[in-house]
Amino acid sequence: MAEVTLTIDGKQVTVPVGTTVLEAARQAGIFIPTLCHDPDLTPWGGCRLCVVEIEGMRNLPASCVTTATSGMVVHTASPAVVEARKTIIELLLANHPMDCLTCGKNGDCRLQDYAYMYGVRQAGFAGERHSYPIEDDNPFIVRDLNKCILCGKCVRACAEIQGKNVVDFAYRGFNTRVTPAMDSTLAGSDCVFCGNCVAVCPVGALQEKGLRSSARTWEVKKVRTTCPYCGTGCTFDLNVKDGRVVGVTSCDGEVNGRALCVKGRFGYGFIHHPDRLTRPLIKRNGIFEEATWEEAIGLVAERLGAIKKEYGSGALGVLSSARCTNEENYLMSKFARAVLGTNNIDHCARL
Amino acid sequence: MTNPIGDIGGADFILAIGTNTTESHPIIGLQVKKAVRNGATLVVVDPRRTEVAGLAHYHLRLKSGTDIALLNGLANVIISEDLVNKEFVDTRTEGFEALKETVARYTPEYVEQITGISADIIREVARGYATAKNATILYTMGLTQHVCGTHNVFAVANLAMLCGHIGKPHSGVNPLRGQNNVQGACDMGALPNVLTGYQSVTLEEVRSKFAEAWGVGELPATPGLTVGEMLEAAARGEIKGMYIMGENPVLSDPDADHVIHALEKLDFLVVQDIFLTETARLADVVLPAASFAEKDGTFTNTERRVQRVRKAIEPVGEAKPDWQIICLVATAMGYPMQYGSPAEIMEEIARLTPSYGGISYQRLENGSLVWPCPAPDHPGTPILHAGKFARGLGKFHPVEYVPPAEQPDEEYPLILNTGRRHFHYHTGTMTLRTGALEEYYGREHLEINPADARALGIADGERVRVVSRRGQVEVTARVVDTVPPGVVFTSFHFPDVAINRLTNPARDPVARIPELKVCAVRVEKIA
Ligand code: SF4
Ligand code: SF4
Ligand code: SF4
Ligand code: FES
Repeated sequence: MAEVTLTIDGKQVTVPVGTTVLEAARQAGIFIPTLCHDPDLTPWGGCRLCVVEIEGMRNLPASCVTTATSGMVVHTASPAVVEARKTIIELLLANHPMDCLTCGKNGDCRLQDYAYMYGVRQAGFAGERHSYPIEDDNPFIVRDLNKCILCGKCVRACAEIQGKNVVDFAYRGFNTRVTPAMDSTLAGSDCVFCGNCVAVCPVGALQEKGLRSSARTWEVKKVRTTCPYCGTGCTFDLNVKDGRVVGVTSCDGEVNGRALCVKGRFGYGFIHHPDRLTRPLIKRNGIFEEATWEEAIGLVAERLGAIKKEYGSGALGVLSSARCTNEENYLMSKFARAVLGTNNIDHCARL
Repeated sequence: MTNPIGDIGGADFILAIGTNTTESHPIIGLQVKKAVRNGATLVVVDPRRTEVAGLAHYHLRLKSGTDIALLNGLANVIISEDLVNKEFVDTRTEGFEALKETVARYTPEYVEQITGISADIIREVARGYATAKNATILYTMGLTQHVCGTHNVFAVANLAMLCGHIGKPHSGVNPLRGQNNVQGACDMGALPNVLTGYQSVTLEEVRSKFAEAWGVGELPATPGLTVGEMLEAAARGEIKGMYIMGENPVLSDPDADHVIHALEKLDFLVVQDIFLTETARLADVVLPAASFAEKDGTFTNTERRVQRVRKAIEPVGEAKPDWQIICLVATAMGYPMQYGSPAEIMEEIARLTPSYGGISYQRLENGSLVWPCPAPDHPGTPILHAGKFARGLGKFHPVEYVPPAEQPDEEYPLILNTGRRHFHYHTGTMTLRTGALEEYYGREHLEINPADARALGIADGERVRVVSRRGQVEVTARVVDTVPPGVVFTSFHFPDVAINRLTNPARDPVARIPELKVCAVRVEKIA
């Protein structure tokens, strides 16, 4: 593959032809802030936070949409660049609720990160602010357009990852906003609540309703696991706080990337549902009574053993489970064959 | 699946049979959408106008249960128009002549009469599939839940082999599995006729290998009973005791009243689950199991990818992981079964199972592995049948069209079709208890075509009774043309619309899959 060599902050970097300046910098371990860029989405070049100085170019180009060329000399943190970035952040903050104290994204928000990084304390421009109503008429996603920085990632995620085109930019100028057709809500649109737009939103404009109202971002432990629903086998992170699963977030899954569907992302509530069985039950005179494990296991062993003895192994049957793990299905097969002595084992594969 | 999910996005032609991919397998649906965006031709075969059908270039709304006729018709065109991949057929397959003979009768005109799909469309689709660079076939329960389910699968494989669309990227024959670990449960030998890795119980060397590893004298040599057969045997009083782990046959199996009767007749029933399901209610002992978040293990997805499940929290209450419970029961029955962790169980599986031979928790820490993975240094096998079929030559299995067991008649004039909804899963035990999914999609309805609704005097939103020869349920009607005239549709997710009280337990003679997709019903207005 043909390559080009350029200089970024004094470092020689060699990358394949067609690489953007942003990617080249990242490969060299040089940080450039971005808001609207996402490696999984088509480049847009709209937020301009990723600007850099390139010798011989008059303006500051956006590195996420500028292709690296041979001999290019790039400065990612020159005074002009830093100044430009500060101005962009100030403009964004000028129309931002500054709600960090209660915002669910606090601690995992790019705008907050960059304001801190560039020392932008508050808006240099006092201006008109939006006061859109917060949309939370569905059980999955809360939309607060007052916090939206119009990076367009959700628009592209919905179109390019989910293939749905539910949301798009509407209106102009100060009134520009991201919305489903006819200014409807997500619940009133074709939205399938995959939450893939939430996963890419850099700020608190789109949040998972359950997760963000039950844990601060730094309080959760993330445990990578496999979705318990359909056979696609998506990977995600269970978010755990105080021994409870409080939500699901995307990771870079081998099958699914960051995409999930509504069941995987929002279907975790059954784990702590009050209907969960928490103690063994034994039916006595038609009524279930709680029992100890010793009693319950003892009774199962005794009754299965007695049937085997009296009627033979063929009078016993086992249903294993397409929802249990491989290890458990293996043990069930071993149990049926080695302990009960029967091949009467099956599961609902056929359903 | 013969090919990975990530492959589908690169196909030039997708034949999706009986799968509402974007709703039942949303993330696989994304790959279908990606392929379509890149210019692929999408053909959807489904009587219903599903979401994925809305994206299709060709939507073949065939009469329910006539898939084999259609598939044979496609093969007929491919052979008669000389579109066969001769090199592939000559070098990689056997039995072509027999197939040719069988499908000769299935001319597009004849198939049109059976399926209701026009002969011209059948020709166009056949040409498209045969001449595509890479064509993939996706199918799911819509295809396998018929009396002739196994034959449908043969008919699909015949088509792929005819055109050589197998054993290479972006192609293949790809069943999409409904539940997270159906593939793994089958791989692990939770089946009456095979041990792990599909090693037959009828083979002496297999049995002695396992008997030795498991420290028992001998293992039963005759294949056991399937779910349906077990329930029938229970109803007859021949099966006296059952141990059910994590399944809810009362809602998921056909002819629910019969299932309940069979389970009630048992001398002893133990059910192990995370909720007190409709099945668990019938048990003598209920054992509380841990959910997926509370244990370590592995699931094998529909593309044969073995992936880790990791313990995130302690089991709720006194619940225990299923693997520990099985060990306790076995030990109490005088067979000491003890493992320090699921990783140890996987070591034992790998020792006994050639296709899982190279799989270990240590390797899975660095990413998933796709079986067959016979050795610790084997990278896994994302694409099956590349260069060679497992049995050597791929065999064509000619199959004939057989009409559904139960045809509509005067008394039961409509066909009931059942399936899945985007927001729910299986018998609803999990998705109806999430605090979110059921809030958004909390009530089930019956889809009925405007023409049928008009004839019956049923308005949208009205309560109706659906009655079959086996049972009845009440449900709210939704009058929509997503179902063709003569067909009604609903899901099996909601206990209050226990639709499997109606369905037909008639089974495919080979794979024993009940015919859930077709049963004759009538719909009545509730006065
Ligand atoms: S939840 Fe999914 S479908 Fe809905 S707007 Fe976001 S990306 Fe689009
Ligand atoms: S909602 Fe979030 S992702 Fe969408 S445009 Fe606004 S800030 Fe960007
Ligand atoms: S996230 Fe959705 S598509 Fe992925 S495995 Fe779970 S249920 Fe299936
Ligand atoms: S990140 Fe480059 S313009 Fe937004």
